[in-house]
Amino acid sequence: MQRITIDPVTRLEGHGRIEIFLNDEGDVANAYFIVPELRGFEQFCVGRPAEEMPRITSRICGVCPEAHHMAATKTLDALFNVEPPAAAKKLRELFYSSFYVTDHTTHFYALAGPDFVLGPDAPPAERNILGVVRKVGLEIGRAVIDARIRNHEIIKLIGGRGVHPVAGLPGGWSKPLAPEDRAHVEEVARKNVEFALFSLKLFEDVVLGNPAYRELILADTFTHNTYSMGTVDANNYVNFYDGMIRVVDPEGNEFVKYHPRDYAKHIAERSEPWTYLKFPYLKGVGWNGFVDGKQSGVYVATPLSRLNAADGMATPRAQEFFEQFYTTLSTKGANGRYKPVHYRLATHWARLIELLYAAERMLELATDPEITSPHVRTPVSNLPREGAASVEAPRGTLTHHYWTDENGILTRVNLIVGTTNNYAPIAMSVKKAAQSLISKGTVVTEGLLNRIEMGFRAYDPCFGCATHALPGQMPLEVVIRDAAGEELQTLSQYC
Amino acid sequence: MAKPTFAMYWAASCGGCEISLLNIGEQILAVDAAFDVVFWPCVADFKYHDVENYPDDYIDLCLFNGGIRNSENEELAHLLRRKSKTLVAFGSCAYEGCVPGLANLTTNQATFNAVYDDCISNDTTRYQQPQVVSQVPEGELRIPVMYETVRALDQVVPVDYIIPGCPPEAHQISAVLTAILSGAQLPAPGGTILGAADVALCEECPLTKDVKQITRFYRPYEISPEPGLCLLEQGLVCMGPATRGGCGALCPQVGMRCEGCYGPLAGQDQGARMLSAIASVVSAGPPGMEEAAQAAAIEEAMATLADPVGTFYRFSMAHSIMGRAKTVDG
Ligand code: SF4
Ligand code: SF4
Repeated sequence: MQRITIDPVTRLEGHGRIEIFLNDEGDVANAYFIVPELRGFEQFCVGRPAEEMPRITSRICGVCPEAHHMAATKTLDALFNVEPPAAAKKLRELFYSSFYVTDHTTHFYALAGPDFVLGPDAPPAERNILGVVRKVGLEIGRAVIDARIRNHEIIKLIGGRGVHPVAGLPGGWSKPLAPEDRAHVEEVARKNVEFALFSLKLFEDVVLGNPAYRELILADTFTHNTYSMGTVDANNYVNFYDGMIRVVDPEGNEFVKYHPRDYAKHIAERSEPWTYLKFPYLKGVGWNGFVDGKQSGVYVATPLSRLNAADGMATPRAQEFFEQFYTTLSTKGANGRYKPVHYRLATHWARLIELLYAAERMLELATDPEITSPHVRTPVSNLPREGAASVEAPRGTLTHHYWTDENGILTRVNLIVGTTNNYAPIAMSVKKAAQSLISKGTVVTEGLLNRIEMGFRAYDPCFGCATHALPGQMPLEVVIRDAAGEELQTLSQYC
Repeated sequence: MAKPTFAMYWAASCGGCEISLLNIGEQILAVDAAFDVVFWPCVADFKYHDVENYPDDYIDLCLFNGGIRNSENEELAHLLRRKSKTLVAFGSCAYEGCVPGLANLTTNQATFNAVYDDCISNDTTRYQQPQVVSQVPEGELRIPVMYETVRALDQVVPVDYIIPGCPPEAHQISAVLTAILSGAQLPAPGGTILGAADVALCEECPLTKDVKQITRFYRPYEISPEPGLCLLEQGLVCMGPATRGGCGALCPQVGMRCEGCYGPLAGQDQGARMLSAIASVVSAGPPGMEEAAQAAAIEEAMATLADPVGTFYRFSMAHSIMGRAKTVDG
């Protein structure tokens, strides 16, 4: 068979790579999504003092260092068996809510923006945030920059630094919020609520108001029936900072609800020889390959899955949009819960509802009388041994687990990072996108990468350092091979 | 006149350097207006072969972040050096290896064992380490080899300037860019530091030093430091004396020890410098004490210092004298 090379590139070692094999008929036999690097924090953290983990693991990802900082800090609470004062927990959650606002804002405008505002068939060179700003106006660009900057100021104010925060300690937080700084935090929170409502309105006008985009959201290419994971509070409402891990099956029945420290009883990770990243799956179901359905242990952990796993949102405005979301895209099942939404592109909408929740929660906490309490540390009195904890990172449930000697020096570390949860679902989305555009040996090259990228973007994947990509700017190389393993085509983007 | 050309590239990095650059806010629009961006994979669709086709020295300013961990990182370092008039090691990873450089204290094999074999959440029915070449039903797949050693950019190619920090603070990035945009004369290149101070962090730290001596060190969870007073003098291993100033002493001001992310001062080894700072703060006992008893007192205090290597070289492992403490494959 002839080899067609669309865009000759040297073999790009640092890139996420997709290898697509065709069968004798020229249809997709299989697609492999390869993550080419391992950073190895699990091993080089051994020997370090445990209390350094919030500042060491933040370096796993400069896009969401706050998530690692917080997961590590909570793991230290567990390790030293110390309960932080209520004010410290509120301060942490306030900090974390502000982080969610900036993170979800950036990624909505950088990810969903290109797909919906510019359309899926816009040329790659325009499908970025600058293209979005050009289309919808500089005002929105400014609003996005403003939202980032004002929340990064809060992150720095409460956490000590704008990128790679420093204030997390076992049993609390290193510095209280000064009463004279509180009003500013409240003002930022109010602006955030306004901004979230504005973003939801924009989504309604641009996306829901456009039949072509509605159709795209509902398209089978971007649908996968899997289990959904998320952290819930005592009322089974979405929570980012703390709670129980709840998993619902593809029909929306609760499959399991567990304490984060018991993660290893419920999650197993499968390794493959052809990639450095592992594939987590539900132990209670088992690994049955990269397939949909109730018999497959594959689960997702995204804004969409968090909404699917919960019964609602804990703040009033976000709850209104939660209702609208499910009445638009789903119906109630026999158990009285809304059936999960499996349209992966609806994740962008779910992200905006979470954005509103984070903003409303931030406002609640900023106006909580206890938020400026000076009591933000509980002294540590127990010997460390072992501890595990989690937070909801924007890109999925993030679990840290440490073991130490009696001096608190790490002897063993395990991490299940947000995006990693979604490795199998992403690989499945990639395969499905490829199948929809390759048949009988004909490859629709125009749009193939766009479609694959749209599948990606919904998960807001952050393989960080592993593929040196900011979320949504995944440098991809796609290699298509025929049944004999010969290379037919190589396509690349962002390299 | 044509605009000057600009490039930014990330090798093995966390992305925080790019985020910090975005945190300069609207000034980013001024950069966009003043420069012609010719390569910046994080924000725009450029291909490596575009860069290959540029004439040598075509890029006026190239900010390179991330360390050198695999052959792609290394190739790009050589390529961008050739194509750039001015190559800047941007941030701690490119400058000195940063936190990922701690991997130089262990080996890839140990890391693989920890991640793929001896891991509590692994599928216990199969243990599978990644293979450079593997067979799947449809054919053969390859993944890149990881280098054993994390290297800094200047260990691979000559570097003109360095902007330190993990990440460099936005106000410092902004100051450097403002100077460049105004056409100001930069200091002579040759690994010259930009965007930081020429004195130790302690000099810009507002906490009060009382020349107090200590008899032991404390872990950060063991004490609540007295606000307003030097952390090192309260027994926290603050890296301030051994770290270049520039950030504005952010961490000590929220009661957390400096972990040294701006790296050492010129000509210093961060760990060696910290050791001498510690020697001067540790009490050698009352005056007139026997020399042997003094040594014992110091030794006792030092025994309370957890993980000196990982603490002193948290960021500067790639350059440190410790960096060769294991087998190196290059
Ligand atoms: S040792 Fe730390 S706390 Fe003390 S003056 Fe220096 S930087 Fe400040
Ligand atoms: S105080 Fe030290 S660790 Fe903190 S930002 Fe400054 S140089 Fe980095």
